[in-house]
Amino acid sequence: MSEVRVLVGTRKGAFILTSDAKREKWEVNGPHFAGWEIYHMKGSPADPNRIYASQSSGWFGQIIQRSNDAGKTWETVGNKFVYEGVPGTHQWYDGTPHPWEFKRVWHLEPSLTDPDMVYAGVEDAALFRSDDGGKSWSELAGLRGHGSGPHWQPGAGGMCLHTIILDPSDHQRMYIAISAAGAFRSTDAGKTWQPINRGLRSPQIPDPDAEVGHCVHHVCMHPSRPGTLFMQKHWDVMRTDDAGDSWHEVSGNLPTDFGFVIDVHAHEPETIYVVPIKSDSFHFPLDGKLRVYRSRSGGNEWEELGNGLPDRDCYVNVLRDAMSVDSLDSCGIYFGTTGGQVYASADAGNQWAPIVRDLPAVLSVEVQTLP
Amino acid sequence: MIRVVLPAHLRTLARVPGDVELEVATPVTQRTILDALEVKYPPLQGTLRDYVTGQRRPFVRFFACEMDLSHESPDAPVPEAVANGAEAFLIIGAIAGG
Repeated sequence: MSEVRVLVGTRKGAFILTSDAKREKWEVNGPHFAGWEIYHMKGSPADPNRIYASQSSGWFGQIIQRSNDAGKTWETVGNKFVYEGVPGTHQWYDGTPHPWEFKRVWHLEPSLTDPDMVYAGVEDAALFRSDDGGKSWSELAGLRGHGSGPHWQPGAGGMCLHTIILDPSDHQRMYIAISAAGAFRSTDAGKTWQPINRGLRSPQIPDPDAEVGHCVHHVCMHPSRPGTLFMQKHWDVMRTDDAGDSWHEVSGNLPTDFGFVIDVHAHEPETIYVVPIKSDSFHFPLDGKLRVYRSRSGGNEWEELGNGLPDRDCYVNVLRDAMSVDSLDSCGIYFGTTGGQVYASADAGNQWAPIVRDLPAVLSVEVQTLP
Repeated sequence: MIRVVLPAHLRTLARVPGDVELEVATPVTQRTILDALEVKYPPLQGTLRDYVTGQRRPFVRFFACEMDLSHESPDAPVPEAVANGAEAFLIIGAIAGG
């Protein structure tokens, strides 16, 4: 019988939640790495028992952990993230040049085919890759070196590379996103990059439709349509159908189009999910009601989903990497909150229930669907 | 033999239950202690000193003999009581964050 494993990264450790395919009863295992921030955990599609975790602390820096047995045991692997060559500068908050400094790994993206290959998106924004299971890391320096790097600037959370998407139909093509630089695409396995931000409009920056400088919060893709991407920008939900060459807004009837997460249904490439957040000044849901919005038309027409979610007095946030889906026949949707709840729906969003309630603030949620 | 006291999170990371003991050649300095520590416990690499600059992380402190040695040169000899094992070299996660 199938099983679902939910990997939850929090401010104070990692948790692994498991259930059978009914997704009614959940076993909570953790905390792993108690007391440390776990920005992200993700399993290898090629070997689901291989899990990578980004562990960090303001005191002791970055650690990378690797498990070969589905999180039962862990080993510390390489944590030496050194920028290639002279790192140079990016813009600081006040617009002055600021040296590139490694702070932490925000996102780990294992290869679709090789359990030992994994990408790391880091702050200050750069992309690294390991080909030896995380023991050593090399920067894919063409990203920072393509020319616009000196104009990138940090968002409120830091200048982080937070999204890495691998095209399953073309192993040379990948997408990444940086806050606040924008989205980028490589068609040569990460050697060279081009910004793909045409159509984004951000009144918060001096040139609202600049080539770079946009605060992209998250991007998602359905594996069957690797040229179609959906984006939750700081404000605006966006869509591209030409692999990022042009974007158009699909916020439609959303009550607010500020938010962090966005994800796509496992079996319906035009069904997408967001969690609207009141604004960048508030970072909590509208009217104290936690709501997911679903569009079955790839955007523009959105329906409110709230069955089982708090109807009042809810002032949590849902951070950019804290939503994921399973691939069971009835697609499960999962998201975690800064209040420590992980909510799940086993029926594509119609009904919701917390599968754990009182964790530390949730930073990331990833789901593995196991045979 | 040099005795080193690690903060709790680094004991967990190094998988040691308590204080650690290190063989360190003379002259014993902060740098030679940390080098020996990282050789014996590789998971601690990068946790105390920045990989690029080699400098102590801002919220890491080194105490010994009721003194704060954090701002001493990493190549200065540590107090004799640390070098001869009478006193421990304390690695501290600074109180920070309220």
